[in-house]
Amino acid sequence: MIKQLSAFIGEYKKDVLLSPTFVILEVIMEVLIPYAMAYLIDFGIEPGDMNVIIKLGACLVVAALLSLLFGALAGCYAASGSAGYAKNLRKGLYYKIQDYSFYNIDKFSTGSLITRLTTDITNVQMAFMMIIRLGVRCPVMLVFALIMSFSISARLSLIFLLILPVLAGGLYLIIRKAHPIFESVFRTYDKLNNVVQENLRGIRVVKSFVREDYEKEKFRSISQRIYEQFSKAEKLLAFNGPLMQLCIYSAILLISWFGAVHIVAGNLTTGQLVSLISYAMQVLMSLMMLSLVFVMITISQASAERICEALNETPDITNPAEPQYTVANGDIDFENVGFSYAKDAGKLCLSHIDLHIRSGQTVGVIGGTGSSKSTLVQLIPRFYDVTQGAVKVGGVDVRDYDLQALRQQVAMVLQKNILFSGTVKDNLRWGDAGAGEEEMKEACVMAQADGFVGEFPGGYDYQIEQGGNNVSGGQRQRLCIARALLKKPKILILDDSTSAVDTKTEALIRQAFQSNLAGVTKIIIAQRVSSIMDADQIIVLDHGEINAIGNHQELLANNAIYQEVYYSQTKGGDDHAA
Amino acid sequence: MPPKSMPMSGRRAAYATAPARRFSPVTAKRLFVYFGRYRLLFAVVVFCILLSALAAVAGSLFLQILIDDYITPLLGQAHPNFAPLLKAILIMGGVYLIGIVSVFAYNRLMIIVSQGTLKHIRDDMFSLMQALPLRYFDTHTFGDVMSRYTNDTDALRQMISQSLPNCISSIVSIVAVFCAMLRLSWQLTIVVVAVAFLMIKVSGKITGKSGEYFFRQQNSLGKVNGYIEEMINGQREIKAFCHEDEAKKGFDLVNEELCQDGAKAHRYANILMPIMVNIGNLQYVLIAVVGGALAIHGISGLTLGVIASFLQLSKSFTMPVSQVAQQMNSVVMALAGAERIFQLMDEKPEADQGTVTLVNACLEGGELQETPEHTGLWAWKQTDENGVSRYRQLKGDVRLFNVDFSYDGKKTVLQDVSLFAKPGQKIAFVGATGAGKTTITNLINRFYDVNQGQITYDGIDIQHIRKSDLRHSLGVVLQDVNLFTGTVLDNIRYGRLDASDKECIAAAKTAGADSFITRLPQGYHTVLEGDGSGLSQGQRQLLSIARAAVADPPVLILDEATSSIDTRTEAIVQKGMDALMQGRTVFVIAHRLSTVRNAQAILVLEHGKIIERGEHQELLAQKGKYYQLYTGAFELE
Repeated sequence: MIKQLSAFIGEYKKDVLLSPTFVILEVIMEVLIPYAMAYLIDFGIEPGDMNVIIKLGACLVVAALLSLLFGALAGCYAASGSAGYAKNLRKGLYYKIQDYSFYNIDKFSTGSLITRLTTDITNVQMAFMMIIRLGVRCPVMLVFALIMSFSISARLSLIFLLILPVLAGGLYLIIRKAHPIFESVFRTYDKLNNVVQENLRGIRVVKSFVREDYEKEKFRSISQRIYEQFSKAEKLLAFNGPLMQLCIYSAILLISWFGAVHIVAGNLTTGQLVSLISYAMQVLMSLMMLSLVFVMITISQASAERICEALNETPDITNPAEPQYTVANGDIDFENVGFSYAKDAGKLCLSHIDLHIRSGQTVGVIGGTGSSKSTLVQLIPRFYDVTQGAVKVGGVDVRDYDLQALRQQVAMVLQKNILFSGTVKDNLRWGDAGAGEEEMKEACVMAQADGFVGEFPGGYDYQIEQGGNNVSGGQRQRLCIARALLKKPKILILDDSTSAVDTKTEALIRQAFQSNLAGVTKIIIAQRVSSIMDADQIIVLDHGEINAIGNHQELLANNAIYQEVYYSQTKGGDDHAA
Repeated sequence: MPPKSMPMSGRRAAYATAPARRFSPVTAKRLFVYFGRYRLLFAVVVFCILLSALAAVAGSLFLQILIDDYITPLLGQAHPNFAPLLKAILIMGGVYLIGIVSVFAYNRLMIIVSQGTLKHIRDDMFSLMQALPLRYFDTHTFGDVMSRYTNDTDALRQMISQSLPNCISSIVSIVAVFCAMLRLSWQLTIVVVAVAFLMIKVSGKITGKSGEYFFRQQNSLGKVNGYIEEMINGQREIKAFCHEDEAKKGFDLVNEELCQDGAKAHRYANILMPIMVNIGNLQYVLIAVVGGALAIHGISGLTLGVIASFLQLSKSFTMPVSQVAQQMNSVVMALAGAERIFQLMDEKPEADQGTVTLVNACLEGGELQETPEHTGLWAWKQTDENGVSRYRQLKGDVRLFNVDFSYDGKKTVLQDVSLFAKPGQKIAFVGATGAGKTTITNLINRFYDVNQGQITYDGIDIQHIRKSDLRHSLGVVLQDVNLFTGTVLDNIRYGRLDASDKECIAAAKTAGADSFITRLPQGYHTVLEGDGSGLSQGQRQLLSIARAAVADPPVLILDEATSSIDTRTEAIVQKGMDALMQGRTVFVIAHRLSTVRNAQAILVLEHGKIIERGEHQELLAQKGKYYQLYTGAFELE
């Protein structure tokens, strides 16, 4: 884990190394300064020698300035190093998540991924900074102080060795107990994030059903759990301070007693006792800081593990070893495809799918709610991998393509349309980053979006809010179609994406497709027969299987489901239908 | 994804950057109000901190006393008596023990104070957030709001549990050492105080800077949180458009900003301590030189011994001063978080001046009476200033009078809309997208308030009805379905919390959802996660209808409730829906002819105005817009 995490230091190696270097220099100053100070008292003040006072004073001023410089530099490098490290780590994790398949994302949940990317990384950042600042300072300080105190009196210094194991043992126990609690704290954080996110996204439902109190209760129980778990963990950590103090104070008392005995015996001067105690304080202070570092590490260890868990997740859809980069044409073949979200051949939600679509054809898909229409088309851009059989595009198995190359040629307008915060142009550029105004306008004209975009204040520069909140459902759908058209794909999939568009407009969109996208394979999932009746083939899906394939006339003549759908929709309307 | 709500408005962008700012002193004050809950406990904590600080001070004085009063007299004695020394050390041991125990005590108690405070802040924040108007949610990045619950409260945690005790005990040491110094030499004390003043000034400057950047850091963190949330939520789009690289670039931008702000904040925070410590060192030299000179030349009666002791003391003085300065760093970081939390809390909640409430009623001798039990009969209760209550039966009569509305005050979305729906009537809204259909329903349940005109419910202006009661009397099936983590049953029960399992299942059957639910792995007890990501859009809509069915309200609003449901399933749903709509006032926005046809009134909207109204046959006969839309194909929007 440490190896994996330290790889993210990257270009901040310089900062991360310089910081402890300056820390060491600073510590050297800090050790020398009290030494000089004691000297100043013993040989300057006590005998009243002004010369010594001034000389040592000058030395001390220089030392203090150096110490200041080193300390400041160490602090600066530690800050930039740890912030940079956190940046790299966050970037690494975020990039990794971009490679996740939906299966991977669902496994973690959005809330959890967000916690990992912010809260957890902040924890690691803080610990990292502590480690590069104190992790070096404390041991160095400790060693120096030990050397000095041993040089004053080796026998008295043995007291430290007595106390060390007590400290270390106590600390170990605390940390071992606290670690698992922190693990569960962060899991609860995930839940908290999820509840808040669901509330934000579903606020209209909450308000419509007047469920504010219910939601508050739900939130409160999670908030309470965080309270309890954090308290439990911190109660353990609360032993840390008193334990340290116990050790410090015992050491001081022991040194005082034995020191007095030594002084009386003439083996030690009072001045030496004073410095010995001040070194003792230094030893113990650095131990105390070290223990704080350990505590911080305990908290961040739980976070670090969560980060690594997400980093080590194997995306279940990856590029093949020798990918194919060109998609020859818009042919699509399903060869005896079976699919299960749970990757379980026993629970297939699509089975025995055999389909052959030629480049440039228009294909309609129709079927009941939950008949796996969306699932079927999501296999084409390889959002999911088939459980059985194979899906081929342009005659090549989709698993043999470079993912980007494949998806670049398959444009999909999803059922749940999402626009992103940014201008209309920004959103359209999702289809083609380099698209010029002309192209955008052209795509919007085809998608029947140009008209209403023109009415927006600012037109194509109109700001869309997160999720496309400030345009109506039908407008959103048409913008999403335009966005897909800009990709100039070989295959265009519309997953029930004109449901909020009125029939007339929809007909215009279809016409535009006919005349402008002749070479593009078009797959249209629809509820309305009118949307697909002109298609070259229509696929009737029923409970994950193909019930029938044919054109409108054939199906109308032979297929019971199709007939039912058709007549249910035309009933009452047929006397007026065009 | 939030449902469509705000057709064409020009409100500010979701990613509005907050300006860098310093904290108002009010923020700190408000935090202390939260501690106020734990007044008693806090007093005990402070007492314990005082005890432990005194023990520490006693410890630092102890050495000198030990040397002067106990060790020196023993020197040169042939048979030194160690008993008094041992006794002194044991007494000191006792003092230390008290110190240790009190440290332990306040550490433990402080957890209750700090975690409790955090919990209260979180809970309050959530409660207040629930009361915010929809406008807030439309204009704020979700991830940024989420960050306030996690990252900003986390910043607070550190301060409360560590800095507070630290500061208090440091101040105690400062006071104690100050007194000791005064006793030794007031002249030198002035020097020390002057330097301490300088230290405070410097640290004030630096923490001011670090505070500013901590605030920026928390804001950037919120922004990163927001970006991540939006991108993970839009993962399907990202994949469909191979937009990974752009999503990475966008992330790098906000991430870099966070890195810069964080580095600057911590840089200022980190250099504080070396500066403080070394100002202390310089002061030491200053006192040594000045004091030495004074003593050697015999001015002011200072002895060299006094100066030696004073120098020791001065070190014990600057130490806690720099400690306090150091703690100010965590304080400003915490305040940065607190500031953002209070920002959210200070948002103006949804206005609700309604006084008319909805109560269970029964008929007694032809008079409506309020009763506590559920009778199936509801009444609006109006109480006048004399405390006399009048009751009016809940029927579901909704009228709009000359309503004008604009989301942003600039672009008019609805203009002079008047309509009436008598109890039990079905009213359909028809028109092109963006015509204002959903907006009308948003006004009826007061997601937004009208700018002009009036909406009445059973003859009562809806502004006078308590919002929660108004919404209780309306059942809504929204265009976009939001499900919550929990079982299918929980999600249906969202409509009415006291509905039994049986009622929920009955509602699911009404909505035609039963057949797919029973095919789920655990049927009605299947846990839905991630906004029901495992369900198809149509299935989600069926659940949403079931939710409204179980709520059993007198007025139903169906906003494209069946848009993603195939017509075969809809035919099944239709029967249930018809039963559901029986006797209710229904507002329906649909593109299915079958739903619109039998409406008592069909309103054709265009650019926020009602341009045609009437029954199906009438409208066809008019050969207007409706006729055009209608004859376009089988269906209309």
